[in-house]
Amino acid sequence: MSEDLEKYKGNNVPEKWESDDTIEGEIATLNLGPTHPATHGIFQNVLKVDGEKILSSEQTVGYIHRAFEKLAERRPFHQITPITDRLNYCSSPINNIGWHMTVEKLAQIEVSKRIDYMRVIIMELARIADHLVCNSVIGVDTGALTGFTWMFIERERIYDMYEQICGARLTTNIGRIGGFERDFTPKFHELIKDFLKTFPKRFEEFNSMLDRNRIFMDRTIGVGGISGERALNYGFTGPNLRAAGVDYDVRVHTPYSSYQDFEFDIPVGTGGDTYDRFQVRQEEIRQSLRIISQAYNNLPEGSYHADAPEFYLPDKADVYNKMEALIYHFKIIMGETPVPAGEVYHSVEGGNGELGYYLISDGGRNPYRLQFRRPCFIYYQAYPEMITGQSLSDAVVTLSSMNVIAGELDA
Amino acid sequence: MESKLTNEQVLTALREQFGDAVGQEEQTVDNYLNVYVASESVHTMIEWLYAHDEFKVQFLTNITGIHFPDNDEDQKMVIVYHLHSLQNNFRLRLKAYLPIENPSIHTITDIFSAANWLERETYDFFGINFVNHPNLTRILNEDSMDYFPMRKEYHLEDETRQDKDNRFFGR
Repeated sequence: MSEDLEKYKGNNVPEKWESDDTIEGEIATLNLGPTHPATHGIFQNVLKVDGEKILSSEQTVGYIHRAFEKLAERRPFHQITPITDRLNYCSSPINNIGWHMTVEKLAQIEVSKRIDYMRVIIMELARIADHLVCNSVIGVDTGALTGFTWMFIERERIYDMYEQICGARLTTNIGRIGGFERDFTPKFHELIKDFLKTFPKRFEEFNSMLDRNRIFMDRTIGVGGISGERALNYGFTGPNLRAAGVDYDVRVHTPYSSYQDFEFDIPVGTGGDTYDRFQVRQEEIRQSLRIISQAYNNLPEGSYHADAPEFYLPDKADVYNKMEALIYHFKIIMGETPVPAGEVYHSVEGGNGELGYYLISDGGRNPYRLQFRRPCFIYYQAYPEMITGQSLSDAVVTLSSMNVIAGELDA
Repeated sequence: MESKLTNEQVLTALREQFGDAVGQEEQTVDNYLNVYVASESVHTMIEWLYAHDEFKVQFLTNITGIHFPDNDEDQKMVIVYHLHSLQNNFRLRLKAYLPIENPSIHTITDIFSAANWLERETYDFFGINFVNHPNLTRILNEDSMDYFPMRKEYHLEDETRQDKDNRFFGR
């Protein structure tokens, strides 16, 4: 960034631009968004531009705010899962399972290794789907549409697997508090075996399209960079932080769901630029595959749900035929379950970083207060600092590589 | 990964440095250090933890508010800071009581840039005023809103509805 630009950083942009390298000294105001094909979501950036060069950016968020935290105060625990779907909708199973684990932590429900491993498989599949969307869209924004269509075929296969587990595809509402509603089906086993066999090769083909591609490298290296120090100060987590060279990963720092049992590496970048973010996500997909095959090949025997009848919604067939199940079904649905009072913070490594649930229960039917730590919301505020001084097309690539998901941003 | 610090260690150090400003500790199921502190000293405390040679609490995880309408008059609002020391893998939660009338606290945007939007969000939903914040405006709700929706007096649904009334379910 030139010294001239340094002076005008933030909102201190003058009416007339005095530097020599301007187009007739004119500063234009440009609205990037709220609905713009390049923003991949509804949020607005009011840019001050000198020709193509960005002088400042002012963000407006909240266009799809749906008052999740307020809604959650009126819902019983099992009905909050569908709300979490709609945070980061590219990887909803991670959000769902994170919420289940928060309630289990509060109610001190022990789940078996099998459930842990099943959850790990599903969460890592979700991470792959999330990163595939993000990385293939960076390709689209730099002009490579083919990889996007290829990788959406693979994402489709992951969605087919979700369908086998929970019946839904995008807003999954996967699992229950205390486990899953059903075991992995034979069809799921078929699908995942096929996926583990054929996906790596196709993924490497996609990788070879962009990895050392001259055009792609020129468009992304040095674009939208941030130092590790600034990234930490801005509360970055997840792949964006790791691209800046900080090896913080919730799966390693605060292991949940038996992540300590698996062998995997945490990729880190150096410059924190768009190319690094792309590479970190690519490597994380490979590491996720490693985790999935370890978990799948060592899947312990046992039940697919914990023995926690007061929280785990019983099987529908049992509800019709067994007295016990009917009672617990009624109690859970009517909100008669005694929930311990207390507070708990639980976080999982979501597609975009540390997804936290801060839950306060007063022992009632609903949470007294539930707050989501939404990684997008926290790191998106660094965007103006990352694009000031860059060109307009760079701003678009930076935005897609940060993987800002409007649902998570606005809650 | 094990934490390199214990709750007692940090709490003792905080008590030594700040004395009475550090209130009682509350045990929670997540086992993070969870302590009430005086609202005037939150800023200096976070600054001290940030600069501390050993603790290095240099990551802000979260800021949020909670409204307790049944508490005493000057304790109805609570502000919660989740902090994390990445080097030591140690998490702590600082809480401070604020009054419901003009709740205000010093901003920590000068320590953490991440606090900017988190504080705006807390202002937006709870009406907590952050002194010296660079741009304290609503963030998720529209600017013309004249109340703070996460406070408990604003009910989510029409209170005259009877199909969800607790009395009819034996609660």
